[in-house]
Amino acid sequence: MVNVLKRLRWVLALGWLLAAVAQADQAAVPDTLQQRIAACTTCHGVHGEGASGAGYFPRLAGKPVDYLALQMRNFQRGLRKYAPMEYTVRLLTPAYMHEIAQYFSTQQVPYERKPVPALAPTLRQRGEQLVSVGDAARKIPPCQACHGKQLTGTEPSVPGLVGLPYDYISAQLGSWRTHTRASAAPDCMAEIASRLAPEDITAVSAWLASQDVPADTHPQPAGSITPPLRCGVLQGQGGGA
Amino acid sequence: MRSLRWLWIPAVLVVLALAGEWWLSQRPGSRVAAAEDPSIASVLKNPDVIARGRYLAMVGDCVSCHTAQGGEPYAGGRLLPTPFGNIPAPNITPDADTGIGRWRFDDFWRAMHDGIGRDGKRLYPAFSYTSFTKVSRDDALAIFAYLRSLQPVRQPNASLQLRFPYNMRSALMVWRAMYFKPGAYQPDASQSASWNRGAYLVLGLGHCNECHTTRDAWGGAEAHAALSGGQIPEQDWYAPDLSTRANGGLQGWNRQGIIDVLKTGQSPKGTAIGPMADVVASSTQHLSDSDLGAIADYLQSLPARRTPAPPPPGIDSAVLADHGQQIYAQRCESCHGKQGEGVPGVYPPLDGNATVLEPAGVNAVRVVLLGGFPPVTDGNPRPYSMPPYAQQMSDADVAAVVTYIRQAWSNRASAVQERDVVTYRHTPID
Repeated sequence: MVNVLKRLRWVLALGWLLAAVAQADQAAVPDTLQQRIAACTTCHGVHGEGASGAGYFPRLAGKPVDYLALQMRNFQRGLRKYAPMEYTVRLLTPAYMHEIAQYFSTQQVPYERKPVPALAPTLRQRGEQLVSVGDAARKIPPCQACHGKQLTGTEPSVPGLVGLPYDYISAQLGSWRTHTRASAAPDCMAEIASRLAPEDITAVSAWLASQDVPADTHPQPAGSITPPLRCGVLQGQGGGA
Repeated sequence: MRSLRWLWIPAVLVVLALAGEWWLSQRPGSRVAAAEDPSIASVLKNPDVIARGRYLAMVGDCVSCHTAQGGEPYAGGRLLPTPFGNIPAPNITPDADTGIGRWRFDDFWRAMHDGIGRDGKRLYPAFSYTSFTKVSRDDALAIFAYLRSLQPVRQPNASLQLRFPYNMRSALMVWRAMYFKPGAYQPDASQSASWNRGAYLVLGLGHCNECHTTRDAWGGAEAHAALSGGQIPEQDWYAPDLSTRANGGLQGWNRQGIIDVLKTGQSPKGTAIGPMADVVASSTQHLSDSDLGAIADYLQSLPARRTPAPPPPGIDSAVLADHGQQIYAQRCESCHGKQGEGVPGVYPPLDGNATVLEPAGVNAVRVVLLGGFPPVTDGNPRPYSMPPYAQQMSDADVAAVVTYIRQAWSNRASAVQERDVVTYRHTPID
């Protein structure tokens, strides 16, 4: 037996070497989530920074984890309508979606300024008004009431509004009005979007998109807001109309 | 003049059809609920039968058609697109008014076995009774017991969205005469028990042939072409030929490869994509190892196919493929390899891949455009994904790279034209 092994040792050594090479070859594909989610990062950026240059693909980096996971779930349910996203996430499990949401929520990358259309001073003023004080006459609460004083969002599920491109914000507000984006009932954002006039959407989107990003972009802590409307995503808390 | 002599035939058929339609409309709508046979009623409550029914319902992937996007499982509402219009899948939870709460097992059996609804109407074959007719009475009973055990969901069924004349159910009389024969699965004594089990699952409850075959202009499966592949109408994916022998769509696949792709969504020869990814996720990944082995045994016995016809002369795809090779080197090679060999367990090979080689070229075009994830399964819970190139590549570039992939290495499939890419550019969502 020992003799046989001795005679075969070169064969064995060669076999071991080949196996090691094969293994090294396979290890060339990094076993990381970033490598696994190329389907996401092609449009949203490797760190979820949003597509450079193109206006539409939103930034994911640093958004609250529950918000990101819920958006994927809403695309699966068809509450949010955008065919490429619906197709991409349709077979993902809650566990995998949560892991992906976790990845993007913990990314910290600088914001990039996106182009904003020129705005007449009256519209600029209207945009700022909607963001900071709202419009009581039309029962429109200010964005800051839920999205945070710095507009960086609120844990665990209200997204930040800073650093988003104009095209994306205005498209989302439009989607709420046309029911191609929705959230858990009662859907407070659908309600607010329906109270906005078309020029309000232009005003608020452009104002938000033209703001400088604050130094600290972390979302506000959970429980730090009192929603002015009842919101399904906030477990129904909030009152008023 | 000579041809006019025969015009009376369609004229009489149309009159008959209209008369039949009127007669059907005069009949009372729904029958009064009769009590279930006591011997069956006790079986329906048996937890073992219900558990078996749950498994069988998963084998049949009932949930996938009978659930709307974001809807309650089995409560219906999903629209099944057909070339004749959309057919909404009905609610099959046991709600008395909107589901199958008033059904007796005999009603269910008639639907599965004969394609006749509880109200006596012929069912549209979007409900695959052409396959389900082979399901045994015992299995149908277990499935019925399981469905009856579900929480009732009140959700009225949507109305049919078929165009004239397909919306006349009497037309189904003719369709059934041409394409449907009620019958049981006939075991083949010369084959093993596993093979017979596989054939029963593939041809019956699994209803694989409903996609993996060519349909004619009337939506009927061509009888001689069972499991030899075909383009799924309206969905625009190609369900490949399932033969593993010479010229088969799965040529060279071994038994384990078939088991792997059904259980985990991937195998050394390729990955489940498109509608098959959904089937793996909601159905086949949950099958027992012995049932998966049985399916593999049966599929491996499918006969060799004829040598495909050579591509028509006059189309020189060399320029297209050369351009495609450059794109491949830039965008595809880092994952799928210089020789299209892929990375085992991570990225599928493209050389000899059924998705790449299917005759229509639809699947490869769609995968390049859509990218995405293979099915997430217990066996592959965090799959690697592919970037979608719809936003980045022109129709001409997609045609070039797909043509290159279909003709590189040992691949010998037809070229794909720019106009084909235009056709399939939209994202399929229902």
